This record gives sequence, C-alpha cells and structure tokens, in this order.
Amino acid sequence: MATFSNETTFLLGRLNWDAIPKEPIVWATFVVVALGGIALLAALTRYRLWGWLWREWFTSVDHKKIGIMYIILALIMFLRGFADAVMMRLQQVWAFGGSEGYLNAHHYDQIFTAHGVIMIFFVAMPFITGLMNYVVPLQIGARDVSFPFLNNFSFWMTVGGAVITMASLFLGEFAQTGWLAFPPLSGIGYSPWVGVDYYIWGLQVAGVGTTLSGINLLVTILKMRAPGMTMMRMPIFTWTSFCANILIVASFPVLTMTLILLTLDRYVGTNFFTNDLGGNPMMYINLIWIWGHPEVYILILPLFGVFSEVTSTFSGKRLFGYSSMVYATVCITVLSYLVWLHHFFTMGSGASVNSFFGITTMIISIPTGAKLFNWLFTMYRGRIRYELPMMWTVAFMLTFVVGGMTGVLLAVPPADFVLHNSLFLIAHFHNVIIGGVLFGLFAAINFWWPKAFGFKLDVFWGKVSFWFWVVGFWVAFMPLYILGLMGVTRRLRVFDDPDLRIWFAIAAFGAVLIAAGIAAMFVQFGVSILRRNRPDYRDVSGDPWDGRTLEWATSSPPPAYNFAFNPISHGLDTWWEMKRAGAVRPTGGYMPIHMPKNTGTGVILAALATVCGMALVWYVWWLAALSFLGIIAVSIAHTFNYHRDYYIPVSEIEATEDARTRQLAQGV
Amino acid sequence: MSHATTDTRRQYWELEPHHHPEGASTSLGFWVYLMSDCLMFAVLFAVYGVLGTSFAAGPGPKDLFDLELVAVNTAMLLLSSITFGFAMLAMGKGDQRGTLRWLAVTLFFGLCFLGIELYEFHHLIHIGAGPQRSGFLSAFFTLVGTHGLHVTFGSIWLVTLMVQITRTGLIPANQRRMVCLSMFWHFLDVIWIGVFTFVYLLGMI
Repeated sequence: MATFSNETTFLLGRLNWDAIPKEPIVWATFVVVALGGIALLAALTRYRLWGWLWREWFTSVDHKKIGIMYIILALIMFLRGFADAVMMRLQQVWAFGGSEGYLNAHHYDQIFTAHGVIMIFFVAMPFITGLMNYVVPLQIGARDVSFPFLNNFSFWMTVGGAVITMASLFLGEFAQTGWLAFPPLSGIGYSPWVGVDYYIWGLQVAGVGTTLSGINLLVTILKMRAPGMTMMRMPIFTWTSFCANILIVASFPVLTMTLILLTLDRYVGTNFFTNDLGGNPMMYINLIWIWGHPEVYILILPLFGVFSEVTSTFSGKRLFGYSSMVYATVCITVLSYLVWLHHFFTMGSGASVNSFFGITTMIISIPTGAKLFNWLFTMYRGRIRYELPMMWTVAFMLTFVVGGMTGVLLAVPPADFVLHNSLFLIAHFHNVIIGGVLFGLFAAINFWWPKAFGFKLDVFWGKVSFWFWVVGFWVAFMPLYILGLMGVTRRLRVFDDPDLRIWFAIAAFGAVLIAAGIAAMFVQFGVSILRRNRPDYRDVSGDPWDGRTLEWATSSPPPAYNFAFNPISHGLDTWWEMKRAGAVRPTGGYMPIHMPKNTGTGVILAALATVCGMALVWYVWWLAALSFLGIIAVSIAHTFNYHRDYYIPVSEIEATEDARTRQLAQGV
Repeated sequence: MSHATTDTRRQYWELEPHHHPEGASTSLGFWVYLMSDCLMFAVLFAVYGVLGTSFAAGPGPKDLFDLELVAVNTAMLLLSSITFGFAMLAMGKGDQRGTLRWLAVTLFFGLCFLGIELYEFHHLIHIGAGPQRSGFLSAFFTLVGTHGLHVTFGSIWLVTLMVQITRTGLIPANQRRMVCLSMFWHFLDVIWIGVFTFVYLLGMI
C-alpha cells in the first residue's frame, strides 16, 4: 500500500514527494513513455511539423480531421487499456498456490479500474464519436457539422480527460473502486487519496466533450441533410448514429450530475451517498446505471449501422427490411432506459421489480434479433464479396449471438443471483463489446479507410489480424464463462483452488493471441501506408467497394468542402441510384463555398479545463480558481469574434475538381 | 413506385446557388442543450425526492423555510422573465436602447433573486443547517444552489451580451444570442417554479 498524506500546502495542495509511485513496474513504464514522448517531440521539432500540426490538425474545425484525431486518440488509449488487460491475465495465472503474484492489491485494484474506465470512456467512446464525425456528414451530403467550433472543442475536452486519467499513472494513484466507483467505497472515508478524484475529473472533463458532440451530431443530422433526404431515406448508419446521439444527450447529463454529487460528498462533506446522516449509497448505483445502460447502446448502435452498411454493400443488395431496421433501432433506444435495474438484481428490490426489469431486458433481444435476421436476409442470394469488412461482420454475427444469449440468461433474475459479479458476467460483456463494438470498429476501419486516406488497407495483414483476433477472443473469454459457472467472482487477485488455474492459463494464452492480432493490425496500417501509391492499393475512383451511400460519391480523401455541389436524394442508397441513372458529375459552374475558419480556442479552453481538473485533484485551490476564471474569460473573448467564416474561392474549387476529373479519367 | 429508379431526367446535383442561412441550427441546438440541462435538474429533483425526508434528526423544511421570503424571491425571478420578454419585444421593433434598458431591468431582478438566495443560504448555514447536516439539506442546497449557479452564469452572459449589443448593435448574430439567452432565462424560470412547488410549498404542508 502506498503511503500518502493529505496535508496541504498553499502552493502545491496535497502534492508532495509521496505522489511519486515507488513501484518498479510503474517506473519502467514511465521511462519507456518518457523516452517515446521525447523521441516524438524531437522528431516533430526536427522535421518542423509543429506549425503544420497546429494549423492543419489541432485547430481544424473540419469534421473529417476531427474524426481522424478521435480515432488516433482511441487507438493510443487502446494500447494502454490492453496493457492493463494483459497485466491482469498475468497476475491471475500467476497468483496460485500461495503466491501473491507480481502485483500488490493497491496496484491490481487500480489496474482493473483503469482498464474499464479507459476502454469504455477513452477507447470505445472516442472511436465511435470519431467514426460518426467522419462518416455522418458525408453520408447526408453535408459540408460539415452544425457547430464546427464546438466539434473541435469537444475533441480536445476528450483529450483533456484522457490526459488527466493517464497522469494518475505517474503522479499519485488511480481509483481502486471498479470502473463505476460505487460508494461508500468511493467516498472520502474509504478512498481518502487522489484516485477517485482523478477518476471524477477525468470523466467530467471528457464528459463535457461527449455531451456537446452528441448535441452537435444530433442537430447536424436533423438540419444538414441533403435536399430530398427525408428521415426514412437516411443511410442506416446515420440512423443508428442519430439514435446513439439521442442517447448521449439524454443520458450523459445523468452521469455528469451523479459524479457532481459524489464530488460534493468528497469535497464538501455532503451526505448524498454516505452511510450516515441520511445518505443513500443505493441511489448512486441506480443513478449511475440509468446512465450506464443507455451507454451500452450508445456504443453498439452505431456499429449495428456499420454492419448494415457493410452487409448491404458487400452483398450487392439493398439492405433487407430497411424500415424494420429503423424501427428496431428506435425500439432499442427507448427500451435501453427501462432495464437499468438488471445490473443489481441481487440488491433486494423484490421479486416484482426484478421481474419487470428481467422482462424488459429480454424484450430488447427481440429488436436485436430482428436486426440479425435482416442482415442474414440481406446476404441471402446476394453476391457476397468476402473483403475484410465483410469478414469482420460475419465474425460479429457468430460471436455476438453467443454474447446476446448469455445476456438473456443473465436477465433471468434467479440465474443472476448465481452469476452476479462472476466471471460469467465479465465473459458476457466482453463477448458483446469485443464481438460487437470492437469487431464493428475494425469492420469500419477497413471499410472507410480508403475514403479517409485514398488507399486501401493491406488484405494479407488484415486477415492475419482478423484470425488472431477472432480466435484469440474465443480462447481468452470462453474460459471465463466456465470459471464464472464454477463460481469465481470478478476482480480477484489471488486464488486458492489449483483446479481453476488451467482456465486462467488458457485465457492468458488467448490474450497473447489477441496481442498478435493487435500487432498485425498496426503492421497492416504500416504496410498499407508504405504501399499507398501502388495501383492495387490506391483508390482513384472514390468508390472502391461499389458503395451505395453518398460518402462514396466524392473523392478519396474528400476535399475540405466534401461536395462541390449539394447532392440531391430521391430515395434510399442515393449514390447507388446515381450510378444506375448515370448521373453526370458536374465539372463547371462552381460557386464559392462558405466554410468555417480554424480556431485555436478549443485547444486553449480544453487545456485550461485539464489544468483545472488536475488542480482540483490535488487541492491546489488557487490554480483551480485561476484556470476556471481563465475558461470563462477565454469563452467570453471568443464570443466577441464575429468573423468565423470565409469563402473558398471558385479558382481553388476549380483546381481541386479538375484534378479529380483527371484522376477519374486515368482510373477508367 | 410508379417511376423506375433509373429516371435520367432526375437531377442529382444542386447546381443553382443555395443559400444556407447562417446559424440556422443554433436555436435547435440550444433547445437540445436545454433539454440535457433539464435532465441534470431531473436528477436533482429525483435525489431530493429520495432524500427529502432524510433529516438525520436535524431540522426539516418547516423549521427552516421562510415562505414569505421565498415568495418575494419567486416574484423577482418571474418579473425578470417578463422584463426579458419586453427586451425581446423591443428587439423585434429594432429598438436597441429599449432592448438594453429592459435587459438592465432583467439583470437587476436577477441579481435581487441571487441576493435573497445568498441571504437564505447564509442564514441556514449560520444556524447550523448547512449542506453537511443531513441528506435532506445536501439535496436542498444542491438543487437550489445549482439553479442559483445557472442564474449567475445567465447574468454574466447577459452583461456580455449587453456589451456586445452596445458595440455592434442588433445584428443577426446578436439577435440569435438574445433568442438563446431568453430561452435559457425562461427555462430557469420554469425550473424555479418546480423548485418552489416541490421543495418549498410541499415542504410546508
């Protein structure tokens, strides 16, 4: 257990030498990260890339660049989250027969907390936000989102939250509470030092970004659609993103407020979730799951959209049952608010309440099942091309169904009394999150990469990654189902029963296979970047998969303004119809295009918010007050700038479009 | 569908100039934001519903609330909403000075509201009924205080907007901001009616 002191000084709050971890593992990590960081900074300076990064990327309000930056953030954080997973696998296979393993309790508890927090908030969320940011405006034929500056600001707030969370690794500690920080454990009495405060401020800073980006994309979809594109003509990925953003707007405020109340308990001494003076810890668990269950659907719905686009594109058919798919999505959106109590059937709500929530939970499997049949019927008698996105989609269908079934099993309250908090539950939600969300993201990367960068991803390394991942997933998580049925609970650090060990060993081997899959994925990126100019990699047409929706109607990568002329939609699958109708791409008569200017305000505001968060974690009150005033001052100053847009001149559009015309002519 | 999808007469690209009015999405975006804010208050109301009787052997509403003072306070906020309405009417007529005048009146009532609230809080803390005393008082202070913080930020925004209108006039950008701020201000009024009814009136029964 680390020693710590909550004595404060004016200048540094409770920050002192005790804050530096004493463990060699953390030190080694720090050295590696520091060296890597210094090398990166040196390279950026050496090649004079700072100005370019700042002008073209950091301050960009282009939804495409922001989308790419979100996904880069998610990939970096994924490596951290996966490192945590490997450490847990190693500890659990090691700590048998009297051995304590290699991680002490204080360290191990931080790792399982950080793993959950990072994978959900800083991998899955930025990944899908990035994807929606990139694809949705293109799919609806728009030139940007409704509020481009807000979009940039949202991204940097997400980065700020990630920075705060990562800082806990080298300065102080992270929460040891599990990823939802239930009180009274997360209260000041049982978590007296900085861990839970890091958790709170990391999530709050990132949460501002998530909520604002939800509002932004929601309004974008409602207001920025191409002429003729009614709601029931929207591509299905846009539909599922729409529902996911409704869920973001309607659930993240609950998380924000719940964490504020926990903050007040910890900082002010209120009694919301305390055991004494009228507090009610159970209220926290209800509130956090009222956010938490919709969150699950925020993660999976956009990927259901991805699978729909991929299935229909690679089957060469219109999506089977488009309207039933839309209604199923909307049903899931509504139902996701009526099931939260299934996360704590064992907490004594009584048989009637448990039955209600058990039944609503099972009902969700009906629209989800309908979706699965729609995908299967789309494939039925289609001319299926097993490109990488389609492979991931089929792997998803097989894997996700198993995860869904174990979910229905857990929805039965009596069964849940046996399986609650066991490794069976862990296996279940990894089964749906990896098999659904992650496989979907990999399908999406392989599907839209050519659109974003103008060249396809390498198929060989893609397949290597695919097989290692899929096999690795099954090897890593099926043993956890078995262990769960044997009664092993989650978050354990040491074991007595030697019979369990073999299953942990198999699971650890699965983690190794997944590691190979991840490595192969990065090799795939590298190889593809090196070979990007080879004709079999380059995408000159802008439509490498014979796509159906509007993002394929423009060049790869699209110009800053996306479309020189607004596309007009007459039905579903607008681009498919345009191709069939032989619609001619206009090559003249351009008009200046109205676009938003880049701005550094988002970076500055998020940097101030990050400083404010760190200051609050360490009780450095003067810095917190100062940075908070700074945020208000910069925000107000920003509103005095009325000149936030400019026109792209016709000459520039002409040059871009003529280059595209020549490229298309070569491609034919 | 009577028309085949391969109708070549169909136009697929919008070739005529197409005017996208600037800020067309702003009011919808702000509405959605307000609804998300409303959910934060919903949580606070729910929390108050759960903890509203958790007095922990401490004082309850009847021991603490001064309904007459709160009635005056409510009147201040309701009046500020009316005067904001007058500011909007003045703006509609293009009357910049009238707009500024009514905004100033609104600010005055808003600050009165905040002053009375601060007095009430100070009084409660002074007699030992601070937010740490019981679950009920934690929920009370947080619900009422969050509303008060919103009014504070609304007032800062109001002053900013007054400066901006003075400097640049009632240009479309400023008019949009006025619409947003008025929605925000009336929204806080609606929330307060909930607080007044649910916390103060029901508490005194």
